[in-house]
Order: sequence, then C-alpha cells, then structure tokens
Amino acid sequence: MENSLLLTYLILTPFIGSFLILFFKKGQEHLIRYTALAISTIAFIISVVIYFQFDSANSGFQFIDKFQWIKGLNIHYHVGIDGMSLLLVLLTTFLTPLTLLSSWTSIENKVKEFTFFFLMLEVGMLGVFISLDLFLFYVFWEAMLIPMYFIIGIWGGKERIYAAVKFFIYTMFGSLLMLVAMIWLAVYAIEPLGYFTTNLIELYNVAPQIPRDIQNWMFIAFAFSFAIKVPIFPLHTWLPDAHVQAPTAGSVILAGVLLKMGTYGLLRFNLPLFPEVAVAAAPYISILAIIGIIYGALVAMVQTDVKKLVAYSSVSHLGFVVLGIFAMTQESVQGAIIQMVNHGLSTGALFLLVGIIYERTHTREISDYGGIAKLVPVFAFALMFASLSSVGLPGLNGFIGEFLILVGSFKSPVLGSWWFTAFAASGVIFAAVYLLWMYQRVVYGEVTNPKLNGLKDMNNREMLVLLPIFIFIVWIGIYPNTFLKVSDKSTVKVVKQMYNPEKIKPVQMGLIQSSK
Amino acid sequence: MTITIEYYLILSAFMFLVGVVGVLINRNAIVVFMSIELMLNSANLTLVTFSSFLGNSIGQLFVFFVMTVAAAEAAVGLAIIIAIFRNKLTVNIDEINILKW
Amino acid sequence: MRDLIYLTVILPLLGFLINGIFGSKIKNEKLIGIIGSSVVGISFLIALGAFFETLALPVEQRQKIVSLFSWMAVGNLNVSFAFQVDQLSLVMALVVTGVGFIIHVYSIGYMHGDRGYWRFFSYMNLFIFAMMNLILADNFVLLFLGWEGVGLCSYLLIGFWYDRKFEKSTVADASKKAFIVNRIGDFGFLLGMFLIYMTFGSLNFNEVFSRALSFNVPTYVFGFIAIFLFIGATGKSAQIPLFVWLPDAMAGPTPVSALIHAATMVTAGVYMVARTSIIYASAPQIMMVIAIVGALTAFFAATVGIVQNDIKKVLAYSTVSQLGYMFLAMGVGAFSAGIFHVMTHAFFKALLFLAAGSVIHSMQEEQDIQKFGGLKKYMPRTHITFLIAALAISGIPPLSGFFSKDEILWFSFANGGLFFWIMGAGTAMITAFYMFRLYILTFDGKERFGKDKHPHESPSIITIPLIVLAVLSVIGGFIGIPEVFSGEHGNQFHNWLAPIFKDADRKLAYFSMHSHTTEILLMVLSVVFAVSAIWFARYIYLKNPTIATDTAKRFKGLYNLLWNKYFVDEAYDAVIVNPIVRTSSSFLWKIADNKIIDGVVNGSAKLIDIISANIRKLQNGVAQFYALVMVLGIVAAFFWIILSL
Repeated sequence: MENSLLLTYLILTPFIGSFLILFFKKGQEHLIRYTALAISTIAFIISVVIYFQFDSANSGFQFIDKFQWIKGLNIHYHVGIDGMSLLLVLLTTFLTPLTLLSSWTSIENKVKEFTFFFLMLEVGMLGVFISLDLFLFYVFWEAMLIPMYFIIGIWGGKERIYAAVKFFIYTMFGSLLMLVAMIWLAVYAIEPLGYFTTNLIELYNVAPQIPRDIQNWMFIAFAFSFAIKVPIFPLHTWLPDAHVQAPTAGSVILAGVLLKMGTYGLLRFNLPLFPEVAVAAAPYISILAIIGIIYGALVAMVQTDVKKLVAYSSVSHLGFVVLGIFAMTQESVQGAIIQMVNHGLSTGALFLLVGIIYERTHTREISDYGGIAKLVPVFAFALMFASLSSVGLPGLNGFIGEFLILVGSFKSPVLGSWWFTAFAASGVIFAAVYLLWMYQRVVYGEVTNPKLNGLKDMNNREMLVLLPIFIFIVWIGIYPNTFLKVSDKSTVKVVKQMYNPEKIKPVQMGLIQSSK
Repeated sequence: MTITIEYYLILSAFMFLVGVVGVLINRNAIVVFMSIELMLNSANLTLVTFSSFLGNSIGQLFVFFVMTVAAAEAAVGLAIIIAIFRNKLTVNIDEINILKW
Repeated sequence: MRDLIYLTVILPLLGFLINGIFGSKIKNEKLIGIIGSSVVGISFLIALGAFFETLALPVEQRQKIVSLFSWMAVGNLNVSFAFQVDQLSLVMALVVTGVGFIIHVYSIGYMHGDRGYWRFFSYMNLFIFAMMNLILADNFVLLFLGWEGVGLCSYLLIGFWYDRKFEKSTVADASKKAFIVNRIGDFGFLLGMFLIYMTFGSLNFNEVFSRALSFNVPTYVFGFIAIFLFIGATGKSAQIPLFVWLPDAMAGPTPVSALIHAATMVTAGVYMVARTSIIYASAPQIMMVIAIVGALTAFFAATVGIVQNDIKKVLAYSTVSQLGYMFLAMGVGAFSAGIFHVMTHAFFKALLFLAAGSVIHSMQEEQDIQKFGGLKKYMPRTHITFLIAALAISGIPPLSGFFSKDEILWFSFANGGLFFWIMGAGTAMITAFYMFRLYILTFDGKERFGKDKHPHESPSIITIPLIVLAVLSVIGGFIGIPEVFSGEHGNQFHNWLAPIFKDADRKLAYFSMHSHTTEILLMVLSVVFAVSAIWFARYIYLKNPTIATDTAKRFKGLYNLLWNKYFVDEAYDAVIVNPIVRTSSSFLWKIADNKIIDGVVNGSAKLIDIISANIRKLQNGVAQFYALVMVLGIVAAFFWIILSL
C-alpha cells in the first residue's frame, strides 16, 4: 500500500524544527520565538490540509504510512488516523502555536531550551495520536513525559520539583504496566497469527479471542495507565500539583492535550481490543467517572488557588468524557470525542486567562482579587466567556459535548440504569457553582486589594491568543457538524465492535416500540 | 591401614574450612591473606591427590598454575595492604570501610 | 411574513452584538437606546405580520416550521435551529416582543446616565434573543438553549450593578443565586429531555407529540417525564421549592424586573407545560401535583406579600403568586386559560414594575413604602396607571385580569374541585389586599417622606410606556371573554389556541357538568371577595393605620414568619448549602484528597524510601561481611543442588 507521507511530514516538522532551534545562540530570543511559532503554525497548516483531504464516509484508518523498523520483532513505523484521532491532532497543532504565543513574555530565561522541549512535546503528542503500532505508541507515550517533566521542573512555580517528579513517576508507573500488557498481547498473537506482532490493526482481530481471564488482566493493565493520565478518581492527585506548578504554557498543553491522551487510549485500545471486558467493566468505571465528576466539582468549589480550581474542574469535566466512552452508545461516544476537543479549548482558555492575570499580579489566591471588572473589562468578559463555555451553556461548545454524553448514557444498555446519568447530570449544577463563585470573588464586588490598582487590561497579543479559541468555542457550539461528521463513522464502528445493538434488551423503562 | 583417597580429601576439605573461617573471622588483613593462601593450598592438595590416585598428571600440572596465581595475588594484595596502611595506618579490616553507604 | 420569523430571533442577537462590541465607543445614549429598542420593535412587527398571516389561514395550515440549519445530528438525534410558527408560539412572541419593546423604550429614559448604559441594552437584546429561541423552538434542545440563555441574561442583568451591596449580602450574590437555583431546575429539565429521547427516539416536538399518542408507553414513564420537566419549570418560573431566587432578583434594575421577572422569563415554565400538554395529559397524577404546587405557591407567596415593605419585593412575591395561578390552571387542564393569564399578567405586572420604577426614580432610589405616601398628587400619570394595574391584578371587571383570573378560578372549580377554588379565591382576596395596601401606602394617605425628597412626574419617555401598558391592561381581556357572556362566539382566545391543546384535551376528557349559573355565581363571588379586600385595605391603611401595627405586634410570631418569608432561605442554607460547602472544604479537600488519596501516593514513595534506607545498611563497607554473605550463598546453593538431586 502506498504511503501518503502526510502524517510523517506532520510529525517531522516539529521534530526537525526543535533541533533547528538548538542552533540559535543566547541573545537571539526573539528569533527563537518567531521560528518556533512558524514551525508550529506549519504543523497546524499540514493538519488542516489533512482535514480537508479526509474522507468522512470512510470509517477505517486513512493516510497510513508503514515502514519497517525493527525487523526481528516485526515492529513497524505504522501511523494512520481515523475520525477521532484527526480531531485530536487538530487540537494539538492548534493549541501549540497559541501556547507558544502566550509565553512570549512570561518565559524569559532559557528560552531556547523551553521551545526545544515544547516542540519535542508536540512530536510526542502527535505521535501518540497517530501511532498504529503498539511499540511505536509506547515510545511516543514515554517520549512526551520527558519534555513535560523538564518544562514543569525548570520553569515552574515554587514546588516544581515535587510536582514534576510526582507527575513523571506516577505516569511512568502506569505506563510500565501497559508495557507488560503490550508485550503479553504481542506474544499472544503468535498463536493465531503465527508471528509476534505489535500491529494494532491485526491485533484488533486477534485480541478479542484471548481467554477471558487473561483479557481481564490486560484490560486492567492498559486501563490503569490511561486512568492515571485522564485522570480518573482516585488516581488524580498528581494533576493539581502538576497544573499549579507548571508554567502557563505547560498547564494549557497539559490540560488541553495530554489529558486527552488517556481518554484517547481508552477509546483506541481498551474498548476495541477487549470488548467483552469493557462491557463488563463499564458500570464500575462509570461509577468512578461519576465520583470524579462530583468530587472534582466539590473540591474545586472550595479551592483558594484559582489554578487549582481549574485543575480540579478538569477532573470533573473528564469524568464526563470517561462516562461517555463507557456508556458505549453512538451519541455518548461522539459526545465524548467532541468533549475532548471542547475541554481542550475551554480549560485551555481558562488557564491562559489565569496566566494572563498572574503575569501581572503574581498571585493566584482568590482572596487577593476582587472587583477587577472595572479595571480590566476585556479580561472580565473573556473570563466570563471561558467560564460559560466550561459550564456548558447551550450555544457554546461545552453544551454539545455534555448533552450528547448525557443523552447517550441515559439510554445506554451497557450501563443499564438511569441513575448513572442522573448523578452525572448533577455535575452541571456544581460546575455553575464553582465557576460563578470564583468569577464573583475575582471579578465582581469592590476592589479590596490596593495592589490591584493600575492593573492593565489585555494587550493585543493576549487577545490574539484567545480569539481563535473563542471563535471555535462558538463554532462548535452553533455548528458542530463540521467536527462531528469527521468522527461519525469511526464512532459507529467503535460501538459496533462492542456489542450488537439488536441483541441487547432495551433498558427496563425505555425503548418501547410503536404499537403500529 | 591403607590410606585411601578419602583421607586426603577430608584433610584438604578441613584445610579449606580453616582457611574460609580464617578469612571471615580475622581482623588483621595479613592474616586474611595467609588464610587465603591456606585455601589455595588445600585446593593444590586436592589436585595432587586426584592426580596421584587417578594416575593422571594433569592435576599436578594445574598445581603450578595455582601456585603462580597464588604468588601473584599475594604480591598484589600485600602491595594494596601496604598502600592502605600508609593512608589509614592500620591493617584492621573493620576500620577499612570506606565503601560503606 | 412567517418565513421571516427567524429574523425575530436574529435581530435581537444583532442588537446584542452591535451594542456589545461598539457600545462603549458610542457616546450617544439615544443611539444605543434606539438600536436596542428598534430591533425588538421590528421583531414585534414581524411577529404581528406572521400572526395576521396565520389568522387568515385555515386551522390545519396554521403550523409552519422555518428551519435555518442542522444543529446536532448524531444517531437518532437530529435537532436543528428551526422555528415553529403556530398559534401558541405567536401569542408568546407577540407578548415577548410587544411588552419587551415597551420596556426597552422605557429603559431609554430609566437607565439614563448609567455608566453601563450600553451594556444594559446589549444584555436586554441578548435576553430577547434567548427568549425568542425558547418560545419559537421546534425541538426540546433549542428550547433548552433559550431556557439556559434567559437564565444567563437574568444572571447578567440582576448582577448589572455588580459592585453594590444588596440587603444582607451583595448584588453579585443575588445574581449567582438566581443562576444556580435555575440550574438545579435545569438539571431536572435535562433528565426529562433524556427520558423523552430514550422513550420516543427524538427530541423534535412534532415527532415526540405524535409518538406520545401512537407509542404504547406506560403511564409512569409519562409521569417521570412530566415531573422532571416540571422541576425545570419550578426553577425557571419560581414555584415551590425553587422560588427563592426571585425576590433576590429585585437587586437588578427595575426594567429588568419588569421584563424578565414578570412578563417573560418566568413564564417560560408555563409555556413549556403548555407546549408539552400532551405529555402532561398522559400523566394525570403529575397534573394534580402541578395544580397543588401552583395553588400552594400562589397562596403562600401572597401571604408573604402582605407584610413586605419594599415596593419591589411586594411585586416580586406577587409575581410568584400569580405564576402559581398559571400553574394551577395548567394543573387542572385549563391550558389556554393559563396562557391567557400569562398574557394579561405580562401587561399589568410589567406596568406595576415600571410604575414602581417611576416612583423609585422620583423618590431618589428610595424603595421603602413606609417612606412614601400621598404621591398621587405629584405623579398623576404614574398614579393612574398604577391604579389601573392594581385593579386589573385584583380581578375587577372589566379589566383584563378579571377575565383571565376568573377563567382559572372557574376551571379550578370545574376540573379540580372545591379545594382548588378555595385556594384560588383566597389568594385572589389576599392579592387584592396587598396590592391595595401597596397602592395606598405609596400614592394615597399622608405623606411620610422627608423634606429632602422632591417627588415629580417622570418624563414622557417613561410615562408613555406606562400608558400603553395601562390601555392593554384594560382592553387585553376582551379577546378572552368566556362563553357564558359571548354566546356562540365562544372564548376567542381559547378557540385560537384550541388546536394546540386538542390532543391533551381529548385525553383528559374533562366534561363540564356545571351549569352556566354556577359559573356566573362564582364570578360574582370572586368579584365580591376582591372588592371587600380592597375596601378592607382602604379601611386599615387609609383610615386606621394603627390597626396594622397593632395586629403585627399582637401576632408577632406570625408576622415574623411572614416577614422572613417562612425562613425558607435560611432553611436551605442550613440544610443544603452550608453542609455541602463545609464538607467539601474540611473533609473532601483537606482530608480525603490531601491526606488519604495523596497520602497513599506520598506514602508509597515514603515506603520505598524507608525500604531502601534499610536495605542499604547491607553495604557496610566491610569486605569480610561481603565475603561471609558470598560463602553463605554458595553453601545454600550447594545444599539446594544436593537436595534436588
């Protein structure tokens, strides 16, 4: 089969670009920033080209590149995308230049190293989303840990070392389990296929036939690693520290893309490879997801640090995504996919806004704020807009995802009960509570802190960073079909791999057919 | 009383044991080296015994190897002890624990 | 003209964007006001055109769907930005744009000089946009967009003066409370939508309602759908138990109270029940629940209104009470009567609020009626219009309020029973009482304001809207004259809306076994109640004001209970809000997350630390120790080999 090479160009752009950056010298900071911006923009353009050439009617993988890598182990450089990975690739290439633009003035020392790590991070992220070979996936998965570790550890806040080490070891612990499961899986394939293979497409056919008790362990191993990344309660405690201590750009990309790698992994590996186990485990994982939704929201409510509040809100939002994935209906999986993109946009915007105000005041404590509406009206509007998107106001992007997820989970035959959705839907109340309360304490009221006087409003560069995000927030909210149609067929395929919809009995109270 | 092979073997095993215990217990590094020599000689005795009782000269040939190695190792070891003594002014092994964690 | 109905939605959005983006740069208040009001005015004209066009058509052709574009299409779910022009949505559209336009014009004068003038008009336009979406939607999801949208605008407009204090807390707190209590209702509404989708496989009105008749769905499913949707309605329309945000919403500017919290947003719940009437008709027990909730809310809110001293607060509780009437109507199957009351209530309640605003402005932002009195000679136009509205709300014929309220009372008797009629009539009496207490204390009697106040009539930009609304309050009822008077014409309003409710009516199969005489008798009775209540109010507040204060002192407990609105807010705070906040803070965050879960993480790291600290003691640097271990190892291996042989 001929290689289209488009995806390879996509990955090579930041890869080569990051090495290019290393050639700059110390005084050429501006050049470095512009070059990095240009490189990441080129990557974005390539991904847009891929979007336009993507065939939405085809549910299989497209733009496949396959080169031989390690001959003895039958490992290939095998990449390709389908609907949902396309959306995530677009999200990655979209957010990276924006985050680079946002750290124009906040990263002052070691700019060269910072942009190098950032571009390598982009390589890692893109690689994860496009890999179709288990081993290649693992390499990219680990590869994105290292730059993130450095970004948090060098340019982060006061407790950055603790946060960086915690992030690294926690995630790596999960990944090691995943490595064991991968090797096991590849070895198991020897029996039916006759050779050791890490090719995902071939494994899709082989894995469901593995004896059930072994499948259980493999599922748990894979799920553990992804659960840490998402994060699913109770494996979430690395997130607040990592987010708070990371620099703004780091937080944005961490919340915007890295967390999605966990949910992507669940959708790409856990569900199709081990369908029976996934269906059986769905109620339990959904319970964890719902606990995450409510717990995350409640803890977010009582935070005093704005960034930690947004971090816990991520736990809450991604609980919805996990619920959508494990409800396994077409609506809920589609909702989960679009919500991955939405969360990247809205939480990314929130972190950017926190970064903007932090750059001016150097405090993230809510009590240090109050009444800044009159001082920085544009910022106040932007913060309200981003908060409303996060709350899931209809007309903005968050609603589409949440609504589809909840509608799908309500009628899910895999979950089997309304209660899941009922509890999850209460999350919309709590989301409003913590965001509006935060907004009120920061923006409304009287200016109580004299240090806030003379606060400057957003400058053009900052508005330029947020504008594209806001445009997409409205676009996805009003006309999501541009994005839904891309992942539509893939979603149907994933759900069909799970169960035969006709064979499932309708849930006790629903799906009563017409009497005519 | 015919002296069968067991006597020689037991003797050399005994010598070996004495040597091992000597290595493990003694504080003085020089005595440790002496015990190591004793262990090597017990090995020599075993080799000669088997050579004699099997009528094969290979065992005796090997004794020369062992003796050479023993001599070389004793020379190097004593040189190291002298170097350590010049630094730490003691040959008490208990006090030479620089590689402690 | 019906094809252009989407303009009634788009134009206000345009107004929002223009005033929102450029408003701070437009220094001319008049221009901002004109932009803001004219978009609503044009929308009204379009709705009027659509109405006349529909009127000319035969009944079967009266529904038209105008679809803009597809919104979400996933699996069976297929919702569009599409608008349904039919009898019900046209009535609502005319009320919203008509009364909305009047209030916008009023605001041009009322908000004069405010720092956020442009912000006000852009938010008001956004509100009209959301409200029009709500009432014109042809599917539940678009309705929900409008539903939440009006909640957002309510939040923005209540919190318009976001740096001010309000009663015991702040304006910002009041707006947040409104949004969150609304959200609790929305949670119920969402569950209702999910159940509808799961049961009927669609969220499109026409599809759902036709399948509600054809599918074989057990009653309890309808019951659950109905109750979930109704929970949403109690939030949006301030019924028990989610009414607590409405009194606090008075923190917003008076035009906001008039538009949102009297005429339009709060009626969204009533509209929704009317629209989904077939679902409610299929769940009669839930209709009983609605009727009871409506009756209780009407009654208890009215009792609280008797003792309030803030002019806007009285009107707020009055609104809650009147909404209770509307739900009572819905609950007893008098759907068109409820919508009729929505319309007339919009007229006279908006008028009451706007007139109150006129008074407040003229008394230099004073709102305490104990400091008013005798204003009628200073503010004649405000006085007359307020009086007309007060008579209308008290149900004095032939004003509009009489016809709508009476129809509700009649149907609560005929379909519901004596209990509902007594609750309704009792509430009517109390309504008339507190309304005229308010009127007398404000406009009549002795002047109780200080020398620093110089009350004067408001400018025409303010009084003309009052006059228009007063005219509507007078004649608005004539299109709903009941059969008993109009003979074979029938009740025109009822006939207009009948096709919408015909399926529900058929299912409920109420049949009127009461005669016309009973109807007229009850009518006379209620008018007598109202007039006597008015007389009673005049007797106390005009002639013997001390009776009021003495009664208050003698029944101090009861007075306190009413004055503190039955301590509902305090109860919610104590039972729900504070426990959640405190548990989240002290337990969930500090203990569960920081100590327990993170404790496991940090603990495992610490465990490894301890293990390695102990293991490294093996490296004691003594060569003999290493040799000993080696020897032991060799001996052990040796024995193991010997034993396994």
